[in-house]
Amino acid sequence: MTDFGFTLSRSATVDLDRVDRSRYERLVALAPDARICMNCGSCGATCTAAPFSGMSLRKVLLGLQRGQDVRPLLDSCMLCGKCTMVCPRGINTRRLILSLSKVYD
Amino acid sequence: MKENVVIIGGGIAGMQAARELLLLGYNPMIVEQQDHLGGHVSRWHRLFPDLSSAQDLVRRLGEEISEANIFLETKVSYINRLSGGYLVMLTNGVSIPTKAILVASGFRLFDASRKEEYGYGVYDHVITNADLEAWFGGAPDSRIPSSPRSIGFVHCVGSRDLKAGNSQCSKVCCMTAVKQAIELKERFPDARVYCFYMDLRLFGKKYEDFYINAQEQWEVNFIRGRVSEVGETQDGQLQVKAEDTLVGKPLKLRLDLLVLMSGMLCNPDAAAIARMARLDVDSDGFLKSLDNLGGTTRSSRPGIFYAGACTGTKTVPEALAEARSAALDIHRYLQEA
Repeated sequence: MTDFGFTLSRSATVDLDRVDRSRYERLVALAPDARICMNCGSCGATCTAAPFSGMSLRKVLLGLQRGQDVRPLLDSCMLCGKCTMVCPRGINTRRLILSLSKVYD
Repeated sequence: MKENVVIIGGGIAGMQAARELLLLGYNPMIVEQQDHLGGHVSRWHRLFPDLSSAQDLVRRLGEEISEANIFLETKVSYINRLSGGYLVMLTNGVSIPTKAILVASGFRLFDASRKEEYGYGVYDHVITNADLEAWFGGAPDSRIPSSPRSIGFVHCVGSRDLKAGNSQCSKVCCMTAVKQAIELKERFPDARVYCFYMDLRLFGKKYEDFYINAQEQWEVNFIRGRVSEVGETQDGQLQVKAEDTLVGKPLKLRLDLLVLMSGMLCNPDAAAIARMARLDVDSDGFLKSLDNLGGTTRSSRPGIFYAGACTGTKTVPEALAEARSAALDIHRYLQEA
């Protein structure tokens, strides 16, 4: 076959039909209040690790539901607890982070 | 002799209901704890969607109810159940026998100082939506700089906030923020204005036009992220932190003025009235209507009706429409009684 020099790019679409949600579901079983995040971004705004790493618990939760590997973000968490203080929905973010580490065991 | 109807609360809902009841041939008696009628609207400057004068609305309603009995600086002491009606005792010693009571006790603005991380009452240039309206109306405010270069609005202060005890959306603040952002740009054309929002809820008549206008003509910047904390720089400027959630990055910004959009809670005095009249409180903290579809103006008690923000956040036209509806409900109730 003639090689025209074209390659196919990988799709950048989040294919929700194929996304593996099992890790998110395991997380929700361990920390049910993961479900009430409304993506306001308060956690990421006030996160002490965010300016250097891009860490945002909001992004972690959303990324997990969209099939992304969120471990690089999680690695920068120092469990300082500032996100707990600012979350308007009162999510226990510390428990969420600790549960996330179990999800990736 | 004309039948009495006691109206608890002399805001715009109570005033509008009094007007309708006068026209229907009743004797409405307004009980208002402030020294003037009009409630929150009397302290507002201009009203969306047509930027009409709040003072004109209150004045017009006031003129229409000149024949009503109005007790200012008065509260309800207690409500006694009689056969087929109530005896309402007021703090001025007057007691009124009546078959119908309209509760129009309205709302209370969330106390912004409770969200300490926003620095209301701590930093010099943090004000609320109500403070800004008062300033628009001519009241001096030393917290507002003479020529601010950057101004921020924080939506949802004490609304959609489980931690602050109010999970509800106050629904009028998004539109108020857009209106006030435009009004500030009119006065300070060189300032950059930023609205920090979680969701923009611009649901009402012509609200979306304001949004487009704010973007197009006034170049208001809308940033999707809730401000998490406010600090002060060494040179006395405010510094806010938010996540720009659409970009996915933390964001910081220096401001000369920050406006907090305080949300609406049920007036705590409504709880006292609810105890006296054995009314129910709904799960959102507002008074509970008989049903939340077709019976919003009715309570579970015979002869006790609701109008306005005592049953939930309302816009001005919603409060006025509900007052007219409640007046008709009362009329039908008294005819059948």
